[in-house]
Amino acid sequence: MPNKLIPYIKVLVHAVCLLPAFMLVQMYRSGALAVMADPVNYITHDTGHYALLLLIISLAVTPVRRLHARLANLIRFRRLLGLYAFFYATLHLATYIFLFSGYDLPTAWAGVTSGHFGAVVDQWKLVWPAILDDLQKRRFIQVGFLAWLLLLVLAITSPAFVMRSMGGKNWRRIHWGVYVAASAGIIHYWWLVKKGVLAPMPFTLALCVLLGARIFWWARSRQTKRAKARSVAVSS
Amino acid sequence: MLIRKNIEGTLPSSEITPKQSFLSRRNLLTGAAAVGVGALALRQIPGLIHPAAVHADQKLATVPSKYTVPDAQTPFSKATTYNNFYEFGTDKADPAKNAHTLHPRPWTVQVTGLVKKPITLDIDAIMKYRPIESRVYRHRCVEAWSMVIPWDGYSFSEFVNFVQPLPSAKYVQFISDEKKEDMPNKPFGYSWPYSEGLRMDEAMNPLCLLTFGCYGEVLPNQNGAPIRIISPWKYGFKNGKSIVKINFTDKQPRTLWNDIASNEYGFYSNVNPKVDHPRWTQARERRIDSGPFPKTIPTQMFNGYGDQVASMYAGMDLKKYY
Repeated sequence: MPNKLIPYIKVLVHAVCLLPAFMLVQMYRSGALAVMADPVNYITHDTGHYALLLLIISLAVTPVRRLHARLANLIRFRRLLGLYAFFYATLHLATYIFLFSGYDLPTAWAGVTSGHFGAVVDQWKLVWPAILDDLQKRRFIQVGFLAWLLLLVLAITSPAFVMRSMGGKNWRRIHWGVYVAASAGIIHYWWLVKKGVLAPMPFTLALCVLLGARIFWWARSRQTKRAKARSVAVSS
Repeated sequence: MLIRKNIEGTLPSSEITPKQSFLSRRNLLTGAAAVGVGALALRQIPGLIHPAAVHADQKLATVPSKYTVPDAQTPFSKATTYNNFYEFGTDKADPAKNAHTLHPRPWTVQVTGLVKKPITLDIDAIMKYRPIESRVYRHRCVEAWSMVIPWDGYSFSEFVNFVQPLPSAKYVQFISDEKKEDMPNKPFGYSWPYSEGLRMDEAMNPLCLLTFGCYGEVLPNQNGAPIRIISPWKYGFKNGKSIVKINFTDKQPRTLWNDIASNEYGFYSNVNPKVDHPRWTQARERRIDSGPFPKTIPTQMFNGYGDQVASMYAGMDLKKYY
């Protein structure tokens, strides 16, 4: 794709990535969420779904680039997609804390608007024991939280100046962690659903294919390196 | 004119409901306490108008009940669009979309196992056996959400007294429909048909409701039409939907969720805030009512029905028998 077009495509990518969040806001405003029996469940599922989807898409960038030289500048979108995955993962975590755990958002908000900012903390103190309990006891929460922490590290180290100051090799080593984060996210999903529910399967298959492609390329490049080394050794 | 003692079969011809009554089901249902016994009635009912058309929004004549709780009710629209009925798909929106394939008429319920005389009863005969009460019950799902729903039915104990189980019967098993024409897309990996069960004393508890309707109408398909069980002090999955067979047995019957994950779903599955599900706390629940967002409230022991049911579990370790 021509480099000239990239700024325009970036705008488009931003718009598409923001669409699910915009839809949620729209559903809230139109009352579509309110008529739903369990909107909290819907928001939790929705944000988690898009976090995983964007993570998988960002992981697909590198393998897809390798398919054709003209796709090489897809790399310009990888960080953007990864950051949006982190954005939805953060919304997902926020949903858990502020809507799922029993945090009384209306009361906290009423406190804020009347100048009692302590209400925010008071509510947090009320739900914190339950969240801590979840973190200590429930492996699907643990692995999900781990995924979010990894994404946080990747997001913090994503700007170009951080990469430069870290050095490319270190940066790449850390950012291999994205595969761990994606795996953790998918395990989180499997451990959440009831047995027999196959909803996490598409993500799992996609991750396997992407990881498989990576390993395939890695093995092939090692082979060619060795072959080169051998031919160099023979000719000398 | 009760049929309690009439299971020996042959019913005097004078007690057979006249044919014209069958032609208008609406009249039949409102004109309470009519007569009818399965095998005989069944032969005439299939001649009726197209079942699906008849059953849309059909009103039930109900009487009030002392078992009603004062909690704010869940709106009909939410109770009928957020269902776990895995035969129609694993998403909670699936049953409302897919359950139109279920045919709630003609419908019979087989009574088998340790009863004096096994019998097959027609759904209309069962419905007419006792006045249908409207009971507003709390409904707590194992997934930590809850609703408040006005169910319509009568105590299952009345039905048990009618079919007269043998003294050796210790459990009742409820087996749900699994017919391919009713449920063409059942997900794989489950031991269909859905099977659930209660201990005999639990089944005889007056709270245990043989249910035909909700919100004053016949049950929508996705809520378990045309006949289901409701034991409100237990998690929702204990309550079999679209029941086709009631089996009396001396052994604890198999239950579908226990087959799949016995560490998560025990046979008793009483609502208990002190025994967590392995993946989430049961101390709280999201109460789905008419508000825009469900409020998180504390879960009550036995879903608040301790006065009526706790004595059945006296001396039992409810952590072990979860």
